[in-house]
Amino acid sequence: MENENAIVNNKELRLEVKNFNFYYGQVHALKNIDLLIERNKAVALIGPSGCGKSTLLRSMNRMHDLYPGNRYEGEMILYPEKLNIVSPKVDPLEVRMKISMVFQKPNPFPKTIFENVAYGLKIRGIKDKDLIAQKVQKSLENVGLWNEVKNRLNQSALGLSGGQQQRLCIARALATDPEIIVFDEPTSALDPIATAKIEELVNVLKKEVTIVIVTHNMQQAARVSDYTAFMYMGELIEFGETKNIFTRPSKKLTEEYITGHFG
Amino acid sequence: MLLRPKSRTIRNLKEFLIEKILFTTAFLAVVITVGIALTLFTEALPFFKSVTLKQFFGDKQWSPLFSDPHYGIWPLVTGTIVTTVIALCIAVPIGTIMAIFLSEYAHPKVREVIKPLLELLAAIPTVVYGYFALLFVTPLMQKFYPELSGFNMLGAGVVMGVMIIPYVSSLSEDAMRAVPMALREGSLAIGATKLQTSTQVVFPSAFSGITSAYILAISRAIGETMVVTIAAGMQPDFTLNPIRPAETMTAYIVQVSMGDLPHDSIGYKSIFVVGACLFLMTLFFNILGQLARKKFWKAY
Repeated sequence: MENENAIVNNKELRLEVKNFNFYYGQVHALKNIDLLIERNKAVALIGPSGCGKSTLLRSMNRMHDLYPGNRYEGEMILYPEKLNIVSPKVDPLEVRMKISMVFQKPNPFPKTIFENVAYGLKIRGIKDKDLIAQKVQKSLENVGLWNEVKNRLNQSALGLSGGQQQRLCIARALATDPEIIVFDEPTSALDPIATAKIEELVNVLKKEVTIVIVTHNMQQAARVSDYTAFMYMGELIEFGETKNIFTRPSKKLTEEYITGHFG
Repeated sequence: MLLRPKSRTIRNLKEFLIEKILFTTAFLAVVITVGIALTLFTEALPFFKSVTLKQFFGDKQWSPLFSDPHYGIWPLVTGTIVTTVIALCIAVPIGTIMAIFLSEYAHPKVREVIKPLLELLAAIPTVVYGYFALLFVTPLMQKFYPELSGFNMLGAGVVMGVMIIPYVSSLSEDAMRAVPMALREGSLAIGATKLQTSTQVVFPSAFSGITSAYILAISRAIGETMVVTIAAGMQPDFTLNPIRPAETMTAYIVQVSMGDLPHDSIGYKSIFVVGACLFLMTLFFNILGQLARKKFWKAY
């Protein structure tokens, strides 16, 4: 795995999780996780509640830094920069500029639709109004929201439906050209139609950006991901191509989970 | 097990009684306010039998008890406005910054110590603040600026500002802490700093609550009596210059009502006129504040 060009099996690597451990205070929440994430692929993290999938996802965005007493151990190396994103020496801000996050519940800011998408650009100090407008339009087009909102960009984002709000949040994360977007159960608060739109979107987005998605819904994992990681009690049980995980899992625990014996 | 509901008539009677009690309580607040307003205005009206509106709004002097009386309200209005503005210049920025610190930056333990201490500021009797302004703050200012008169609006306003800091900080902090963590995470997750998150996401999201804090502070400053009576001097003066002594509406009411006034005298009536003006002024700012609150109201 120690490959200088970050090419594993002739594929381009984006993130390499190596012997990663995570502690909430004394609680050892993630144990020796190893995971390879390819560039412009979608990886689904599945497993029963409390298995650590969201914890792993939030580590990628350094969200745990917001709360005291949390500790990362091991490495998560972002390529091509070869940046260990969980190292205390690495500025969490730098990590979050490269890896954005979309949350479980849509969390648009109480600002206008335009301001929501432009936020990431403005906080990076971009002042060029034309550039911002251009980026906002492109991001909204990418999430399929442009035609729905182009005539009300200056209205509050809170007037949008839940599904639209979530796509707006994805546009907000997309506007700053991140290398990876991590999704924490992005459809759990949405109705089936809105869910279908988000899933469709993930399939489109992965052409341009690497995606990691936590989901409770195994059909969703099967529909949107190229690779699936099954986690259980803080450990990574099995990781492989999605079609293999769902048709012929190699571990008994994985099989029991995906056939609905627990979880 | 099947639970049988209790008798329907008793339940209905209970509901009826409770509703009426709740209604009466709410109605009482309205009745009291209307009552006060009515008393003020009915007692104030006779004043205008002896003084014309032209005198009241046209004259620049207020000296209703002198042998050569003048009835221009403006000196009291300017006195009130200048001290209020000075107080707000102190309380709004400091209170807001404190609120941001307490809500977004302070360690919970630090907050637990600072917040009650800060709220203690509001528990100090205002007469103490008054003498603090007169005997400490003003002499201190005179060291840097000797021309400052012993009674002045600046010292009184500054101390009044300190006094209302807790109103601003405490309510603003509550409003900011009520902003869901999800909004902060959403901002931080795309690379914003803590400061950017606090000022560009949390503060605007909480702004309607923060406006309420400002409204309360303004009402408090306009209505404050003791500090300005003691430290600002009781000389009505039509001036916007804060280093001069002046008299606010509230201070005038105190001054006049301390003397022996015949019930029908013009001085007695003037108390109610000034009181009514004060009432209208506070009402005006309250309505303005409510409008601002509506305009900036944000749901999250």
